Formats: sequence, structure tokens, C-alpha cells
Amino acid sequence: MTGTITRRDFLKATGAAMTGVAVPAAGLCAAPGEAGQGAGRAGNGSGLLAISLNVNGAERRIEIEAQMTLAEVLRGPLDMTGTKVGCDRGACSACTVWVDRVPVASCMMLAVDVGERKVVTIEGLARGEELHPVQAAFIAHDAMQCGFCTPGLVMSCAALVESKPNPSIEEIKDAISGHLCRCGSYPHVFAAAMDAAKTLKG
Amino acid sequence: MNRFEWTSAGAVAAAARLGPVTVAEAMATQSGAPGTAATVLKAGGIDLLDLMKEGLLTPRRIVNLRGIPELGRILEGADGSLRIGSLVTLAQIAEHPLVARRYRALAQAAGLPASPQIRNVATIGGNLLQRPHCWYFRSLHHHCLRKGGATCFAFSGENRYHAVFAHEGCAMVHPSTTAPALVALGARIELLRRDGSRRMVALESLFLTPEEDIRRENDLKPGEILAAIILPPMKPGVRSWYERQGEQDSFDWPVAEVAVVVKLDSPGICREAAVILGAAAPVPYRAKAAESALIGKPSSAGNARDAARAAVAGADPLSGNGYKLPVFEALVARAILHAANQG
Ligand SMILES: Cc1cc2nc3c(=O)[nH]c(=O)nc-3n(C[C@H](O)[C@H](O)[C@H](O)COP(=O)(O)OP(=O)(O)OC[C@H]3O[C@@H](n4cnc5c(N)ncnc54)[C@H](O)[C@@H]3O)c2cc1C
Ligand code: SF4
Ligand code: FES
Ligand code: FES
Repeated sequence: MTGTITRRDFLKATGAAMTGVAVPAAGLCAAPGEAGQGAGRAGNGSGLLAISLNVNGAERRIEIEAQMTLAEVLRGPLDMTGTKVGCDRGACSACTVWVDRVPVASCMMLAVDVGERKVVTIEGLARGEELHPVQAAFIAHDAMQCGFCTPGLVMSCAALVESKPNPSIEEIKDAISGHLCRCGSYPHVFAAAMDAAKTLKG
Repeated sequence: MNRFEWTSAGAVAAAARLGPVTVAEAMATQSGAPGTAATVLKAGGIDLLDLMKEGLLTPRRIVNLRGIPELGRILEGADGSLRIGSLVTLAQIAEHPLVARRYRALAQAAGLPASPQIRNVATIGGNLLQRPHCWYFRSLHHHCLRKGGATCFAFSGENRYHAVFAHEGCAMVHPSTTAPALVALGARIELLRRDGSRRMVALESLFLTPEEDIRRENDLKPGEILAAIILPPMKPGVRSWYERQGEQDSFDWPVAEVAVVVKLDSPGICREAAVILGAAAPVPYRAKAAESALIGKPSSAGNARDAARAAVAGADPLSGNGYKLPVFEALVARAILHAANQG
């Protein structure tokens, strides 16, 4: 067997981590005080932090725990479940949101670390009833199947077409190189992104 | 992740005063349960969060360096050197026009780790100081030598991604993709100490072999903060190139990588050479035999192949990673030719 084992097999075999995108982040939101590995009292009980988070143009004042990721805060206290969590380790990009217009993995950023920066999620992309050109192009090109990876892919493609008026296919592939789509929608995603870039250019 | 206190440092001195220890120090325990008293530093936080999510690191306090403006800049020196603040992101380095023009191997290497989303957050300092990705090291169920335990599991275990050189006692490969390029380019680093003093060292000498210290990958001292990476002015005729091979085309850790810097004189004879292998050894690995093979010769395909053969001649592969040697050989030859032949 030596020589054929993959990283994923290894992690599965040791039970150290779940890495598959298909695993919807079991145990993602650790209950308060439920710290791993006998470290329950690791913090000094500083409790909740009151923060203000600018999400989709609105200031949201919330109380969170320091260890909560941006993805957890979006999906939990802010009840915005459009952002998906696949691997919870920065390895699938399902959780992509913009922080100051730059795509980041929200599962690998602490919510307290966002600070003054502005967050945009999939919920904030459309203008009222009018879809973002990338969203419209995803529908027109059938660029999703199960849809789990879609919000993240849309965020990456939208960031690209808004910053680069004429992206080449290579630039699109680079921009979405971190996204895993287990349904294999990639060719349709490329086409949708190309099309959306044209629409935006008008 | 465990609960912790969150502190944002506005200045380097303030961060140093909070008494941070290195993550290596916080993690090494005899019991296998990570220590919970530590104050640790956070840059982009990618490696820190990764370790904490696995339960391998449970700090009491996290000091955020991210908002310290002086650490986030790229500055050109009057002498043509380049000072890259430790908090500059990999994406910023990859996109910087001066880096791309003068230090091409670095621009190439900084543009490849992980995904664009990660590179938009991960910093150069954190990339150099991240902990190894040996899968036993990253597994809570394996209390290996590097975490303070009694055994290395890799030599008799699954070692497909492990070291093929200089693996006395521990066969991890150094995780940083930017390190081989920076070492090849002759980078120095500036470290700030708790008492306000500074030390400058060659980046190459920061890294520790397992024989020097099996529990830490670098000589960062508790309380020290990496302030900047300084690249020397580029002499005329110097060019660089970075090559990597992963198991898949899209983003993944490399199984082999190399950074090459050559200085060619006007008839095209190689006068200086650096050949640094990554994913090869517990430290960025200088292939001295390949460097000697290049010097004094024209950069022909035949000479590049000879140097590449010399690069892997002294290798000592483990049970499952002999496949890496032909990969390294091909990459070294390719990188030498690309470096030599670029305009
Ligand atoms: C899916 C995936 C794939 C990846 N693939 C690669 C790859 O191919 N190549 C590669 O190189 N990396 C890869 N990485 C790792 C990633 O690049 C690193 O985790 C990242 O660069 C760490 O930088 P950071 O700023 O987030 O560090 P942090 O997590 O903030 O810090 C890392 C360490 O450095 C210390 N530290 C940071 N800054 C300072 C400072 N200024 N002074 C003193 N101490 C400091 C911290 O205390 C900590 O111990 C991958 C990561 C993921 C998630
Ligand atoms: S190779 Fe090093 S890090 Fe990996 S199990 Fe052995 S001692 Fe631990
Ligand atoms: S959930 Fe996979 S990258 Fe964040
Ligand atoms: S994962 Fe199902 S559409 Fe991409």
C-alpha cells in the first residue's frame, strides 16, 4: 500500500481531520466553553466580545466569542447561511466572501480579526431583485448542480470580473483554482464567468 | 478551537512586551496535550487556526500583529535592496512589479501556495515560520519527536511526502514554498527583540536541522518578532527561476520544488549559482554539488542536466519517496535553463 496512500486517505485513517468537501462541517460551531482536548479553561473566561461587523453595507453589532470564525458568525448569529462551509480548513473555498473586496476563506479568518473592513457575502451581491451579472450568467450557463460550491464560486468570479474587464480563460482558471466542485461544473463556470465579464463591460 | 484572550497590538514593541512564546515552544509537551498557558503571535492566522482547529495548539492569548502598519510595507532601499515587511501577504508579493522584475523566483513562488483566497491573507513572515505539514505531526493521535514525544513515525510509516535529504531523526520537509526562493536570492531577515534591540541574520541560517533542535524548525527566540525580509540589490547578469511539481495541476502542496539563481557574464558563462530544493529536507536544502557543477560553464542543456544529476546524487530516500528523485532532477534542469534563458 505504501506509495498509493493519499493525504486524504491518511487523514481519514487516523481520524485526525475530515477533509472531504462533501462533509458538511460537523461540529463546526463549538458550543461556548466546549474547547478541544482538555483545554476547557484555556481562556481566562473573558466571555463574549462585543464587535461591530460591516456586512453587505449594514453595521451589525453582535456579541461573539474570540475563537469564532467569520464563517461561523455569518451562518450563526447573523443567520446568513448563503456562505457554505465544506472543509473548514481553507482547502475548498466554498466559504469564500469578500473582505474589502478581496476574496478570502471565511473559515480561516477569525471574526474579531475583520475589524473595520467591509464584508460582502453572496446575500449582498444582487441589487434588490436584480442579480449580479455573474449570478445571472451562472443560471444561464447551468453552472451548478448540487449548488454547494456555488456561492463561493460566484464570489470569486464576481471579484475577478469587477477588477479585470477582459479576463482571459487562464485568469478565470487562476481565480477559481482553490475551489473544489465535486459535481464537476467547472466548464460551465468558466463559460459563465466569460459571459458575465462581457455583460459587465457592456 | 479553544477560548482565548484576543489582543490587537498597535506597534511591534507593544506586541513584544506581551511576552509571546514561539508556537513550537507552546506545542512541545511530554504528555501530548498542548500547553495552555502560552501567548502566541498571529499574522495572517492561517497556520495558527489550522493548528488550533486540530487541537494541536491551545493558547491562552493571541496577539494580533495584523494592524501594525510598519510591518505591512514593501520599501525600496537607496542601494537597490528591497525590504519586505513580515506582514505583507503572499498575494501582494506575487503582484508587486519590482519583485516580478528583479526577484522573479520569489514572485513565482509567492503566487503558488494554496489558493488565491489563502494568499490574500497569508503573510510572508507566517509562511516562513509555519509549522511542518508532516501528517503525523498534524495528527493529534501521533505524539512524535517534534512535539515532545518519543518517536518519529515517518521512517517506518507512510513517508510518501517526506524528506529525501538530511533527515537525521526527523524526516519532515520544510513547509514554506517561499523559503527556497528567498534563500537562493540571498535574503536576510530583521528580528526585533523584547528589549527593543534588533538582530539581522541570513535567512538560510535561521532554519534549524533536526540534529540542531528536533522541536523547532527555526531559531526564532521567544519574544522575538520577525520584522522584515531584506533582499539584496540584484547584480547585473543575475536571474532567478522557481519550479514546482505537485500531484495535481490545481492547488496543492508540492512534492518537489526548486529555486535557482544564476549570475551569467556576457559570453553566458555561469559565475555564481544557488540551487535550493524545497519539499526535500527539514530545511530549505542547498544542492551544493549542483552549484559547483554550474560554475565556470556555459548554461547549455547538457550542463543543466549534469548539474541536475549532481543535485540528487547524495539523496537518501525513504521507503515510499524514491519517486521524488527523478522529479527533482527534471525540475532542477528545467529551472536552470529557464533562469539562464530569460530576457
Ligand atoms: C489548503 C492550503 C494549502 C497550502 N499550501 C501551501 C503551499 O503549497 N506552500 C506553502 O508554503 N504553504 C502552504 N499553505 C500554508 C500557508 O501558506 C501558511 O499557513 C501561511 O503562509 C501562514 O502565514 P500566516 O500569515 O497565516 O501565518 P500565521 O498562522 O499567522 O503564523 C504562522 C506562525 O508564524 C508566527 N509568526 C507569524 N508572523 C510572525 C512575526 N512577524 N514574528 C514572529 N512570529 C510570527 C506565528 O506565531 C505562527 O507560529 C497552505 C495552506 C492551506 C490552508
Ligand atoms: S518526520 Fe518529524 S514531524 Fe514527522 S513524525 Fe517524524 S519527528 Fe514528527
Ligand atoms: S470551508 Fe473549505 S475553504 Fe473554508
Ligand atoms: S459541488 Fe455540487 S455544484 Fe459544485
